[in-house]
Amino acid sequence: MSNPTVEVTITVNGMQKKAEIEPRMLLVHALRDTFNLTGTHIGCDTSQCGACTVLLNGEAVKSCTVLAVQVDGAEVTTVEGLGEMNDLHPIQEGFWEKHGLQCGFCTPGVMIAAVDLLKNNPQPTEAEIRNGLEGVICRCTGYENIVRAIQYASDKMTSSEAEKLSVMVSDLKEES
Amino acid sequence: MANIFGTPLKRREDPRLITGKGKFTDDIQLPGMLYAAMLRSPHAHANIKSINTVNAEQADGVVAIYTGKDLQGKMEPIPTAWLPPDSNIQTPDHPALAMDKVRYVGDAVAMVIAESRYAARDALDLIDVEYETLPVNVDQEKAMADNATLLHDGVENNLAYHWKAGSVAEEVFDQSEVVIKQRFRQQRLIPNPMEMRASVADYNSASGDMTIWCTSQNPHIHRFILSGVLGIPESKLQIISVDVGGGFGCKIAVYPGEALVGFAARELNRPIKWAEDRSEHFLSTTHGRDVILDVELAGKRDGTFEALRIKNIANMGAYLSTAGPGVETILFGLITPGPYRIKHAQVETYGVFTNTTPTDAYRGAGRPEATYLIERMVDLYANEIGMDPLEIRRRNLIGKDEFPYDNALGLQYDSGDYERSLDKALEMLDYEKFRSEQEEARNQGKYIGVGFSTYVEICGLGPSKVAGAVGFQGGLWESATIRVHPTGKVSVFTGTSPHGQGEETTFAQIVSQKFGIPQEDIEVIHSDTDRIPMGWGTYGSRTTPVGGAAIAIAADRVLNKAKKIAAHMLEAAEEDIDFVDGSFQVKGVPDSAASFADVTLQAYVAWDLPDGIEPALEEQAFYDPDNFVYPFGAHACIVEIDAETGEIEIKRYIAVDDPGPVINPMVAEGQVHGGIVQGVGQALWEGAVYNEQGQLLSGTFMDYTMPKARFFPNFEAAFTETPSPVNQLGVKGIGETGTIAATPAVVNAVIDALEPFGVKELDMPLTPEKIWSVLQNGRKTE
Repeated sequence: MSNPTVEVTITVNGMQKKAEIEPRMLLVHALRDTFNLTGTHIGCDTSQCGACTVLLNGEAVKSCTVLAVQVDGAEVTTVEGLGEMNDLHPIQEGFWEKHGLQCGFCTPGVMIAAVDLLKNNPQPTEAEIRNGLEGVICRCTGYENIVRAIQYASDKMTSSEAEKLSVMVSDLKEES
Repeated sequence: MANIFGTPLKRREDPRLITGKGKFTDDIQLPGMLYAAMLRSPHAHANIKSINTVNAEQADGVVAIYTGKDLQGKMEPIPTAWLPPDSNIQTPDHPALAMDKVRYVGDAVAMVIAESRYAARDALDLIDVEYETLPVNVDQEKAMADNATLLHDGVENNLAYHWKAGSVAEEVFDQSEVVIKQRFRQQRLIPNPMEMRASVADYNSASGDMTIWCTSQNPHIHRFILSGVLGIPESKLQIISVDVGGGFGCKIAVYPGEALVGFAARELNRPIKWAEDRSEHFLSTTHGRDVILDVELAGKRDGTFEALRIKNIANMGAYLSTAGPGVETILFGLITPGPYRIKHAQVETYGVFTNTTPTDAYRGAGRPEATYLIERMVDLYANEIGMDPLEIRRRNLIGKDEFPYDNALGLQYDSGDYERSLDKALEMLDYEKFRSEQEEARNQGKYIGVGFSTYVEICGLGPSKVAGAVGFQGGLWESATIRVHPTGKVSVFTGTSPHGQGEETTFAQIVSQKFGIPQEDIEVIHSDTDRIPMGWGTYGSRTTPVGGAAIAIAADRVLNKAKKIAAHMLEAAEEDIDFVDGSFQVKGVPDSAASFADVTLQAYVAWDLPDGIEPALEEQAFYDPDNFVYPFGAHACIVEIDAETGEIEIKRYIAVDDPGPVINPMVAEGQVHGGIVQGVGQALWEGAVYNEQGQLLSGTFMDYTMPKARFFPNFEAAFTETPSPVNQLGVKGIGETGTIAATPAVVNAVIDALEPFGVKELDMPLTPEKIWSVLQNGRKTE
């Protein structure tokens, strides 16, 4: 093909990857077709459904609305980088525990959006979670179990933070 | 072993889906794969004067371009698979690529095959098609008029079929004390599963084998139909649809897309992928509902119903989709009397061709239309005679001692206890308290309302002899194969095709319960026609009552054989063997026992089997139910209307459903939640809108309102469990109840809230603008 290409270097899930791509290629196509990370899905073409949500330098973005060349040199986290079965992220655990998914197609994007939500608001109320899900669409679950999954992750992350804090405090006490 | 039936087990399918390791169709990558893109008509109705592909063929990366004439002699048109009898049904050809005429915006005209997705899409812009536009029919009633332009040669008045069931003598209506007449319009809906349609075809030119991965709810039906369309024997055609991202009915149909990738893979001897984008999905994947219903309900002034008469004018779109003609006839018509004693009923449906996207099943398929109609009529009747909507329901609900109950249109309801679910819903609601709060709120200028929906639906499609009698061009039995491996681990093969409903888990629970082995030892395999015997797929809430029941039968056959082997091993008579907690025991001799795994191993090594017993332990069942099953329930919704903006807020939503014994309450409740949201979506927000030229104005998520998380409170869901006598598990179905019950519950609540404004009927969706207008007009007349 004669369309000009450019080289990009992107750190995806902690691994540095290089690719020759067309400048117009969407990040989501680079992830899926070039890097074979098919866990990130495409659910619309107007940036509404959020199935393609990934973390770009730690912030949730819709990867259908970002060109791959724009993320040259940046860090991207996809669902494949959230956690493996032997080391699930609390949000993955929450979705499994609380039946937060049915067909599972929107799930990767919804989980990533939830990670971003909890980063900015570690203990959201139910209303804050529902409002925080404005950028994603799920057609199966009716959202209630997604809310419960995020509450589960919030509880777990908060209590493990609290645990870390109490360990630090007792270490400090011992030192003094 | 604890009772696993009824346990909220975490789902077996989730690990791959929460770690990004699912295998959806668009995830398939094959060496040398090419990409297809479809050029779709921008006109709703036009003759094709010419197609010029020269520029497109020369574009970078383009491998081939096909138009309708290239398919001739190589591919058959896309057929319709439901032909209601005695309906004079017309089935004009539906070519995969339009030949000389396009009939809706989105009708495929040409297919580009290129080296990349982007190259294929670029080339679409280089194809020149000269169209001669024709007058357009969008509304089905107008399309039936004598002067309307015809879509298909020889199809008079654009009438695809005219179907009728039951009859009521005119005198019944003439002599009734009360006759309520109402027209309802159910808007068109777009199913919009989050995964759009896609297909990948891989052809082996040496062996003639074709594999097609596609987004199907019923891979065997796809194989059955595509085999005919492509001229490939079923023995050489494999369809795989393992991970499918929701369907809601729109992935039942066999579309041009799946057939075209198969055609191109064979022509070019290269794997081909086609994946639609969302805008394309809006145009070219089937829509649902879109009916005009004229209804009369007659009865006595004391609230007793006597007769129901319905005329349905259904918009079929430009072609008859696979199951389309069955939806607004059989699936809609026969259940219209609902859970009420109605002695006489008559229903007829006119199916009409229009220049719109074809319609077919959408979650509930016909039953939401039926339920909305009767539940709204009940409220209108109550309003007319000044009776409480609950009292009129109680007066007419079929009593629990009246089952099996033959309704006026030939269905036999298998079982039910309708008042029990209503009582439970009212217990949760506290009706009296609500009415006094409502009174108080009105005094303060606030408008709240409550609405009820007591429904019954048809599930577990269904007895094959009935399928044949109502014109479905297939059977509706289900297959199950249980393969116990030498180590005692189990593979279960089902002919159903779950795509979100969780049967990899719930079916494992059925087998675990039967065999007394851990569910982790059981794998449920589905949706691959080369691995699984013929089956009919997942729709019509049939997966558990038909597919699950088939598994239970196959499991019994396994146990039956295992028991014979165990008796031989334990040197006891077969009738002296009990199967307890996964162990075969000699009655009264607890020490003399063989575990399930011991017996399994013996079956496979076959060193010492009883006379006449074949080696191995694998059994099959092809289960054809005697009847449908009839889940029922009572839903109640409380709404509050913002008097300034007309916005409706769902304050409470109570759902009491009776699906029979619940296998996994967590999964069942999830089905209810999702169903409610789709039902409320129809009631309040969703709606496909065409303009007069046949352009779909609501063609993206910007314009078509998909329900979002913030639109809802937490739901209050509960179950009653009345077992069905139809299958040994007593199970019915839970996948569609929410969608079926929710629309009238919500609309009845809104009408109740607006009572001070004198409004009796509003068509869905109840958008803020519609409500605001009612409030303004009401105020003017105050």
